[in-house]
Formats: sequence, C-alpha cells, structure tokens
Amino acid sequence: MPPKFLARSSYRRRRIIDAARILPVLGLFIFFIPVLWHPADTPEPDTARGGLYLFAGWFGIIVAAFLLARVLMRAEPPPAEDAGRASEDR
Amino acid sequence: MVPFNILVAVCLAYVCLLFLVAFAAERRAARGRAGWMRSPVIYTLSLSIYCTAWTFYGAVGYAARSGLEFVTIYLGPTLVLVGWWIVLRKLVRIAQAQRVTSIADLISSRYGKSNLLGVLVTLICVVGGTPYIALQLQSVTLSFGVFASGTPEGWALPDQSATALWVAGGLALFTILFGTRNLDANERHHGVVMAIALEAVVKLVALLAVGAFVVWGVAGGVGAVIGRIDASPIADWPLKPGRWIGLTFVAAAAVLTLPRMFQVMVVENSDERHLATASWAFPLYLLLMSLFVLPIAVVGLAELPAGANPDLFVLTLPLSQGQGRLAMLAFLGGFSSATSMVIVASIALATMVSNHVVVPLWLALRQGGARSAGDVRGLVLMARRLSIAAILALGYGYYRLSGGSGALAAIGLISFVGVAQILPAMIGGIFWRGATRVGAALGLGAGFAVWLYALYLPSFGAGGVFSDAVLAAGPWGIGWLRPQALFGVEGIDPILHAIYWSLSLNTGAFVAGSLLSFPTPVERMQGLAFVNAFERDAGARGWSRGGAEAEDLLTMSQGILGAEEAQAFFEAEAGAQGKAGFLPDTTPEFIGRLERRLAGAVGTATAHAMIAQFAEGAAVTAQDLMAVASEAQQILGYSTQLEAKSEELARTARQLQEANDKLRDLSVQKDTFLSQISHELRTPMTSIRAFSEILMDPDLPGELQQRYAGVIHEETIRLTRLLDDLLDLSVLENRKVQLNIRVANLHDLITKAVQAASNVRPERPFIVHRDAAAEHLPVISDTDRLVQVFINLVSNARKYCDAERPELTILARRRGGRIVVDFIDNGSGIPKPAQRLIFEKFSRLTDTQRAGGAGLGLAICREIMVNLGGSVTYLPGQGGAAFRVSLPVRPETAGAAAAA
Repeated sequence: MPPKFLARSSYRRRRIIDAARILPVLGLFIFFIPVLWHPADTPEPDTARGGLYLFAGWFGIIVAAFLLARVLMRAEPPPAEDAGRASEDR
Repeated sequence: MVPFNILVAVCLAYVCLLFLVAFAAERRAARGRAGWMRSPVIYTLSLSIYCTAWTFYGAVGYAARSGLEFVTIYLGPTLVLVGWWIVLRKLVRIAQAQRVTSIADLISSRYGKSNLLGVLVTLICVVGGTPYIALQLQSVTLSFGVFASGTPEGWALPDQSATALWVAGGLALFTILFGTRNLDANERHHGVVMAIALEAVVKLVALLAVGAFVVWGVAGGVGAVIGRIDASPIADWPLKPGRWIGLTFVAAAAVLTLPRMFQVMVVENSDERHLATASWAFPLYLLLMSLFVLPIAVVGLAELPAGANPDLFVLTLPLSQGQGRLAMLAFLGGFSSATSMVIVASIALATMVSNHVVVPLWLALRQGGARSAGDVRGLVLMARRLSIAAILALGYGYYRLSGGSGALAAIGLISFVGVAQILPAMIGGIFWRGATRVGAALGLGAGFAVWLYALYLPSFGAGGVFSDAVLAAGPWGIGWLRPQALFGVEGIDPILHAIYWSLSLNTGAFVAGSLLSFPTPVERMQGLAFVNAFERDAGARGWSRGGAEAEDLLTMSQGILGAEEAQAFFEAEAGAQGKAGFLPDTTPEFIGRLERRLAGAVGTATAHAMIAQFAEGAAVTAQDLMAVASEAQQILGYSTQLEAKSEELARTARQLQEANDKLRDLSVQKDTFLSQISHELRTPMTSIRAFSEILMDPDLPGELQQRYAGVIHEETIRLTRLLDDLLDLSVLENRKVQLNIRVANLHDLITKAVQAASNVRPERPFIVHRDAAAEHLPVISDTDRLVQVFINLVSNARKYCDAERPELTILARRRGGRIVVDFIDNGSGIPKPAQRLIFEKFSRLTDTQRAGGAGLGLAICREIMVNLGGSVTYLPGQGGAAFRVSLPVRPETAGAAAAA
C-alpha cells in the first residue's frame, strides 16, 4: 500500500509554482553563458553558432513557460488559493 | 520601385483602416459584446508595443554594429514574462485591488498616497519618454525619405519636418479620439487595444516576410546564411560582458517600468490569467521579431553599397532587390511600430500628467476644494486631451531641436535607463513592508539626478548642454564629478557607467532612507495592502470612521464619475447594506470602496485628498493601525464564517432598525391622518349640514337657494374626490387594477402632462427645460396611468418649488431595458429625514392647506408605477427636489399576470 497522501494534487501544484519561480533563474543562466565567450578572439568565426545556441535556449525557455502556464491554469483553484499557502507544509 | 504617391495613398488607407478597426471595436464593446476582444491573444499582441520603430529598424543597425548584443533588449523582457508568477502577477493583483491608473499612481499609492512621488515619477517618465517619441517621428520620416529619394522623378521630400508634423498631428487626433473616451483608466480602451493588436500583427508579418525573403530569396537558404554570418565583419563583434549583463537587466527593468508597458500590461489587464498566456506567447513574439535580424544585417552589409545606413536595411534591402511590395510591407511594419508606441505612450503619460499635476493643482488653487468641485470629470478629460497634444508637441519639438540627428539613435537605451530608476521603489514597495515614502523619494531623486547628469545631458554631445571642458575635466575642474567618469571611475562604457551609478545610488538612498525614517499610518496600511496583496482584504480598510454625509459624497462623485455611474454605484452600495434608495450608510468599508472607485478616475492621491475633505476627523489613527496591522491580529485572524455571519446580522439589524423607524413614523402619521381625515370629512359635512338646514326654510329667496345648493354641490364633489383617491389607492395596492396597455411616444406623454399641470398656480412664471430629441422613445404601458404620474410630479414641482424663479428639468433616456425619466426642480429639495416618508399615504411636508390634496398624490404615483412594473424614487444630491420614474421598455407580462 502506498502511503496515504492527503492533498496530493495541491502538493504537486505547489511544486509547479516552485518551478515557475525557478524558470527565470534558469533563463538567466542560459542567457548569461555568452558572457564567458569572446567571439572576436576565437580563431574560427563562431557568431552563427553562438546565435543558434541563444535562440535554441530562448526557445527552450519559451516551451517550458508554455508547459508550466498550461498546467498552472488547468489546475487553477478558486482565487483564494494563496491565503493559507505560507502556513502549509512545504 | 514604388511611386511615392502610391506609398502615401497606401499609408493613408492603412491609417483609415486603423481608425475603422478602433471605431468598430469601440462600438462592439459599447454593445456589451467585447467577448474575444478580451482574449489573452489580444492582450499578448497589445504587449508588442515594446517593439517600437527603434527595435523594428534599429535592431538591424544595432546588429550591424555590435553583433548579437541586440538580443539583450529582448532577453530581459523574456525573463520578466517567464517569471510572471513572481512579480507581474502581484503587480496586476495590486493594480486591480487599488484601481491603479499608471505607474506614477502605483508608486504614489504605495507610499501613503503621496502626490509628491506621483509628480516625481511623472517627471521622470515625461523627460525620458519625450525623446523616445521624437525617435518614432524620426523613424517614420526617415523611412518616407527612403522612398522619396529613390523615385525616378527625383522627387525629394521638400521638408522632412512637415512629414513629422503630419504624423504627430494624426497620432494626436487618433489618441484623443480613442484614448480619452472614458475617464476610468481601468476600463479598457478597446479601440486603441484592437488597433495596436492589428499593428502588432502587421509588424511581425512584415519583419518575418523581409527575413524570409533575405534568407531564402537572397542568401539562398539557412546553410548559406550561416556561412555568410561567419564570413562577415559582424562575426568579429566584441562581446562586452558588462554591457551584456547590464543591458539585459535594464531591458528587464524597463519592461516593468516603461509607462506604456505598465499601461497595457498592468492597467489594461482585464484578467489575471491572461498573464499565463502572455508568459510564453510574448517571449515567442520577441523571438520571432529578432530571428531574422542578424541575417538581414549580414546580407545588407554584403549586398548594399558601403556607407548605406544599416538602420534602414529592412527597407533598403528589398528595394535594392526590386521588391517594391515587400518594401511597402516593411514600411507599414515600421509605421505600425512607431504609431502604436506613440499612441500608448501618450495615453499613459497624459493620464499621469492630468492625475498628478493638473487636477491637484486645480483643486489646490480653487477655493473650497473638493466640496465645491463641480464637474471634475470634464476637467480631467480636457486635461488629458490637452496633455496628449502637449506630449506629442514636446516630442515633435524635441525632434526639430535635435535636428533628427544621430544623437536620437541612442535615445532608446537612455530612456530605458531613465525609467529603470523607478524599479527599486516599485519592487521594494511590493515586497518590503519597511519601504517608506522618504526612502522612495530619496532613491528616485538620486537616481533621476545621476541619470540626468551622467547620461541624459551628455547625450546632447559635447558642446550641447555640457561644454567639452566639463565633459573632459568636470564642472569647475573637479575631476571626480566628470559626468562620464563619476568618482574617478574611468574608461567604462558611458551607458554602463550611468546604469551602475544611478541604480546603485538610487537603491542605496532608497534602502537607507527607508531604514532611517518612520512611515505615517496611511503608508503602513498601504504597505501592508501591497505586500500582502494575495491575502484577502489585508489592510483594505482605509477609513476608521465614516462621518461623511452620503448626500455630499454623492454630489461630489457625480462630478467625477458622471451622474449615471455615480448613482448606480451608490444604489448598489445601499442595496448591499440592505437599504433602498441612493444613500448608503457611510461605513468605513463603503468609503474605502468609493475612494478606490474615484482613484480609478483621478488617481489615488487626488481621490484620497477629496474624500479626506468629507470624512472629517476620520484620519487613520495609531489605534486603528494596531487593529488592522498588528501581526498578532493577523495570525489569529477572523474566521471568515464568523465575519460573514456578523455582517449578515449587521445587515439584518440595519433593515430591522429601518423598518422599526418607519413603523413608528407611520403610526404617528396614521394618528395624524385620522384626525386630519376626520377634519377633512367634517369640514364639508358641517357646511353641507348648515346649508341644507337653511335650504329647508321655505321662505328662502330663489337666488340664495341656488347659491347654497351650489355650495353643497361643490363640497360633495370635494368629498367624492377624496373618496375616489382613497378607493383608487386601495385598488392599486391590492393589484386589482385593470391595465390598458398601449404604445405611445414618451415625448407626447410628457407634453400632455406638462400642459395638464399648467393650471396649478398659473399666476407663477414656471420654466420647464426639456430635451425633445432624447424624449422620443416608444413606451408600451398604460399610458393614461403614466401620464397621471407625470402630471402629479410636474404639479408638485409647480406647487412646492420654492425657488425665486422656479424651473423644472425633465431628463429622459433609455438605460438598458428601462426607460428613465428624471424630474429635477431648482428648489431647496426635500430634507433627508422626510425623503423616505413622502411616498407614504397622507404624508404632507407642509401643514398648509393650500395644496388642497390629502397627501395621497405620491402614494398613488408609487402604486401606479409598481403596477406598471417600474418605480418612482426620490433622487438625492441633485440640487433640488428630484424624482426618478423608471419603467420597463416593454411590460413584463409574466410579472403582471402573477401580480394580478
């Protein structure tokens, strides 16, 4: 028997909210990697590759945001949802 | 090649299309069919005003000069939107709860409804925004110039500033027409939003079309483009880590603090959940907008002659390849980018200027303040229209002064850094309860000053505002005050230098000022309401005690919201308290809601100041604060159920209290009436008896006989009339009346009533104001009964209006499914205690007998209207006695049947 899990869906929802909060940090990480890069000094020109990396990372973030937004909105509880969140077990 | 005339024609046709779209959207919304216009897609598209002409044309130029650095301008907003759960959601929630009208209003509201902060933020936004508007005018002018100079006829633009003037004038017209239709900034500007959504699609399609043409039409596919990028001089762009991080950060800040972005993203947001869609859709839009920027720049540099302006590659590249239509589309895209930015920016700036500068000044300058405010609504709308014109004039003036020079090209970023100064006060305000007004003012002031000194003024170039000597050696030779090397830090990129110093000094002053100062009670309550925006009603109470007269408040609100809206709001509030009529009890909750409602129209600080004049001695005290804000209280909390119950109890108690009062008054009245009716019956009876006794005398001369019989006859008529009235009333009250439903024109009915009532006190001059055009409404009702009500109201006005020159205004209109007719005279009105009694039987305000009635007229009116499915009510706060008759456009057959 799996352990009884009260409010399993709301637990899952809180973790999704956590993910939504972390996503911009992930974005920051992806977008700031080029800071370590010196396109002017590389022996082979690699601006196109760098651009492809940026756009791919950007697109990945957008897809992640899309998935999170969809899950968050599908499970949208009544608007009072935030009131007791701070005191709940996290 | 596109002939210039055709370009102008297409451009005009496009402008007409925008007007039509905006007009159609407004009409649709007015009919209550806003529907899909409130969809998340339209919301996302309206956010695209982030992409101005600076990004449409300038991004390619930027890429040609600095490689991939241009994407930082889009990466910042992507991070903010993707992280919507953290900041944007809270901003939207706060803005809706507090009815925030602009970013200046948000800051002012958070820090104790301080107008000083509102003015400061408005100043920053106007100073930073004006050159940005000039930049848009310049880009439209330049793009016109591209087509003009290339025409075979050698047709050159005679005067570029004439083009800019036309564009500015047209934009002012559009913005005033569709941007100032309603006062409440929280109501959406449907016309404007639909127009900019359309423009968003046009600019995206245009840029994608040019990009696709360049990649597949010119370069020969994706692989070839990648090769060309690596082979081009752009491949050796220097990536400066400081600029990369700094620009991303400033762009992220700007998307939150730019007045136009705040307007579309927060103020015009109609549903919090639209943010969820925008969180991925808007970054996707930005990605698509920047996808082809680098290829266009690379191919442009290779294909076009050296020295061609890379800022115009989007236009010149298709033109050089003989793609006139594509160039035309690109032109429309650039035109869309420029116009949509200018429209929204001027609406946002005009709202700030009118709410934080014009209205407070006007209230301060006139005697009597809000109490005698009168028509504030007209003033605010006019102020907003003039502000829009003034802001566009400023933009045009800046364009003329700067000569459309290259100095403008950098202004986009300069403007970003300027508005970013609002960020610390904004973020601190919504996440930190300890942030205070002093801190915010110091931070904003410091940031604004450094930005002006280190970035804005030097941007006019050496010899502009600062001389070469000042730039090189500092003012008065003080080296560490050099504008572009503050505190001796040299050799940094000027933009980065300004970002670093302005924002760090700004944040430092904000934090230090907040830590060292002490907030006022209002500030602490607003702080609580903002920081805990997701906890219900946290700190929502603003007024501890009422004390204001509801009627005074209604009079003032009518001046701001308009009569119709204010009355509806008061009626609904009274209804929620369980009271009938238009005057709710002035509970703190009601006053708080009224204040927020007014704030939606004139801004928080002004609304607060206006209410404060009425709620005397009702300022927030430390005790109230303890009650509201004490953390212990919060943890304990009220059980919502208990609160609801006690509210219910309070409502019931209020209803009982009212019923009780009414009963007591009624019983007193009934006693009075009994003695009165006996008196009324007795007087004619006595004379009938006396005269009939005399008539019994057989010796009476014939003429006297005739006369006395006449007297008896008159008295019996009076008695009969009294008994008729009583009978009529009892039939009406028992709902046994036979209605004779007919169709008639309301105008004819009112005319009939005014004529019939003209024999009441005919010796007095009496003026009736009517709006014949508005009165022509079809009425389906028992018209005879309706006329009876009208006659009663008009003759009452004739009888009782005590003005020296009595006047009566009759206003008729259709509202929803009802016809509403107001009868307003200019007398002294009916005192409040008497207002709820006048519709009772036998109530008479004066004891004078001259009126001649038994006090049944209004009671009969009320019963008639109830039978007709409508109502007649007293309308307070109109400057005289005012009655409102309201009846359904068509009779509710079901209701009538049930009643019968």
